[in-house]
Amino acid sequence: MTTKMYQLEAVSCPSCIAKIEKMLQKTPGVRSSEVLFNSSRVRVTFEEQEVESERIKRQIEKLGYKVIGEKQAAN
Amino acid sequence: MYPRKINQNHRVILASILVTASFILNKSLGYAWITVIVMAASTFLAGVPIVVNAVRALRYWIVGIDALVTIAVIGAWLIGEYWEAAAVTFLFMVGNHLESRTLERTRSSIQALLKLVPDTATVHRDGQEVAVRPEEVIKGDLVIVKPGEKISVDGTIVKGSAYINQSAITGEPLSVNKAVSDIVYSGTIIESGYLLIRADKVGEDTTFAKILELVEEAQDKKARTQRFLEKFSRYYTPLVILLAVVLYVVSRDIVMSLTLLVIACPGALVISAPVSIVAGIGNGARHGVLFKGGEMLEKLSSVKVVAFDKTGTLTKGKPEITRVKAYEMTEEELLKIAAVGEIYSEHPLAKAIVSYAAKQLGMIHERPAEVNYIPGQGLLFIFEGKLYLMGNRKLFASRKIQLDACESYLAKEEALGQTAVIIGDKHGVLGVISIADQVREDAKQAVHHLKSLGIHRIVMLTGDNPRAAKAISSQLGIDDTYSELLPQDKVRVLKELQDKYGSTAMVGDGVNDAPALASADLGIAIGGTGSDVAIETGDVVLMSGKLSKLAYTLALSRATVRNMKQNIYFAILVAVLLLGGVLIKTVNLSYGMLIHEVSVLLVVVNAIRLRGYGKTRRG
Repeated sequence: MTTKMYQLEAVSCPSCIAKIEKMLQKTPGVRSSEVLFNSSRVRVTFEEQEVESERIKRQIEKLGYKVIGEKQAAN
Repeated sequence: MYPRKINQNHRVILASILVTASFILNKSLGYAWITVIVMAASTFLAGVPIVVNAVRALRYWIVGIDALVTIAVIGAWLIGEYWEAAAVTFLFMVGNHLESRTLERTRSSIQALLKLVPDTATVHRDGQEVAVRPEEVIKGDLVIVKPGEKISVDGTIVKGSAYINQSAITGEPLSVNKAVSDIVYSGTIIESGYLLIRADKVGEDTTFAKILELVEEAQDKKARTQRFLEKFSRYYTPLVILLAVVLYVVSRDIVMSLTLLVIACPGALVISAPVSIVAGIGNGARHGVLFKGGEMLEKLSSVKVVAFDKTGTLTKGKPEITRVKAYEMTEEELLKIAAVGEIYSEHPLAKAIVSYAAKQLGMIHERPAEVNYIPGQGLLFIFEGKLYLMGNRKLFASRKIQLDACESYLAKEEALGQTAVIIGDKHGVLGVISIADQVREDAKQAVHHLKSLGIHRIVMLTGDNPRAAKAISSQLGIDDTYSELLPQDKVRVLKELQDKYGSTAMVGDGVNDAPALASADLGIAIGGTGSDVAIETGDVVLMSGKLSKLAYTLALSRATVRNMKQNIYFAILVAVLLLGGVLIKTVNLSYGMLIHEVSVLLVVVNAIRLRGYGKTRRG
């Protein structure tokens, strides 16, 4: 289990939060996710064996939010 | 395929032209074929991004606002309401565009802080100057910094001196002079001079990196109000959908149901609290005040009692000589004798005397011939063939030396909270040196400002004796004083204050007050530049170490909470009016959308006002 923080380009609409969180909930291997609206970041906790960080990134981008950075975060 | 900024701008401009043309054509010609074509073009131009977003979300079975708008627009087109379709898509697009532009401004205080992150560092390696990235600097490296450059590490100056702007860390706009063996911080800027710095802390360990991390985290630590709103909107949206379905079943009016769906999205409500909080935290960060989350702002705004630690918080925490009184000799002579006697001592009072004497008389080169320390009393020493005594009353009493000559003076000094060091010989008193922990220059004003902001009770908690405590508290105008407290006693007193008056904030210097800071409703840590302990222990940290920032901090928290409440009440009012308007059929789709978008914008603009808070005020 690991937690990563993805920095997105400025998220502007509040409804994006729900959208991204719901999408991630439905992604296999993702245990929990939280969109930090003010800092435009997403904190995702996931099983590394089940899903790669790269795939999570692609999923977020497919929803229309460009990921401009990622880093390891505290659980 | 992401919509780029320039494209978005072009799209908005082009759509504005088309929608204006549609409006004019509609007024002059009505729904002629040319009008319908222009409207279709306008709808298409503004609508495509909405549909794309809707489809993206629908792939994950998420019905978002985009989907609702898409349904409404298609519906409007099918029933021949071409103008409605064009107007709604246009308003939605412009609203989103303006929202993201204005939102950036609420975040800009924090963005400004991020810009201070150093991007390059020049280090000495193998006798050469090499430019590296800041994270590549290793602890112990020698870093070279020139005027206009940012310091990239926390370190000690090895060579050179410079004027440094430390506002990134302390919020103080005036630059300070730093020279060899002084400590400098990452994120600060050299205005003039040249420095060679030994790197003590690098990368994520620097004070500046820690501040940034905290501010970033703080923005999204939710306030109570915010959490409530999120819960509320979780139930609200399904409720609205249900209402729309019921409305359709009852009235068979598809237009009204669609309108309800679109305008009832709680955009302004969801955004109302976070925008105020991010603007408030950003404003604080720019002034050297760290709030560790929205909740801290909320808590501080309702504080009734402020409790201060004494030593190091209200006072400088360093004993200093306040008065020298000499009998039978000059003050200089007395000071010299005292300094010679204390020269080998490690006692804080002795150090204060020696450093004061050195400042007044220059270096002391003489040494005592013999010194005899008596714990708890003082010392005896021989200097230039004479025996001297120096210490407290007990020292003189045990040797039956009368203090009559200075008794009334001693009593007066002690009543002022001074520690009196008596110097004498076997015949009697030669003089008295008064030593006290000095009150900070801005303490009195800070207490005064807090009172004028309506804090009910200002108290002082100290481990010191009651006399010394009383002397300081009466000087500062503090309401209640609790003295001779151990750390656990401070926690107990805080509990009593909370029970008696309500929410209590504790102000401490962060080093020895950790339990008290943690047990108060809100802990405010006073940090000198780069005090790690202060950053870690406080809920709110005053980075400049200045008490004068307290009043500003309190006022800012209240302004932020007030701003947040205005936003929430306004958003609820608009939602209720719109809902009512739809039900009595006075609000149609495009008006509803217009009002909805304008309300979101107003909420953001209201929060932006907070960014300028404190600019004209001193603080």
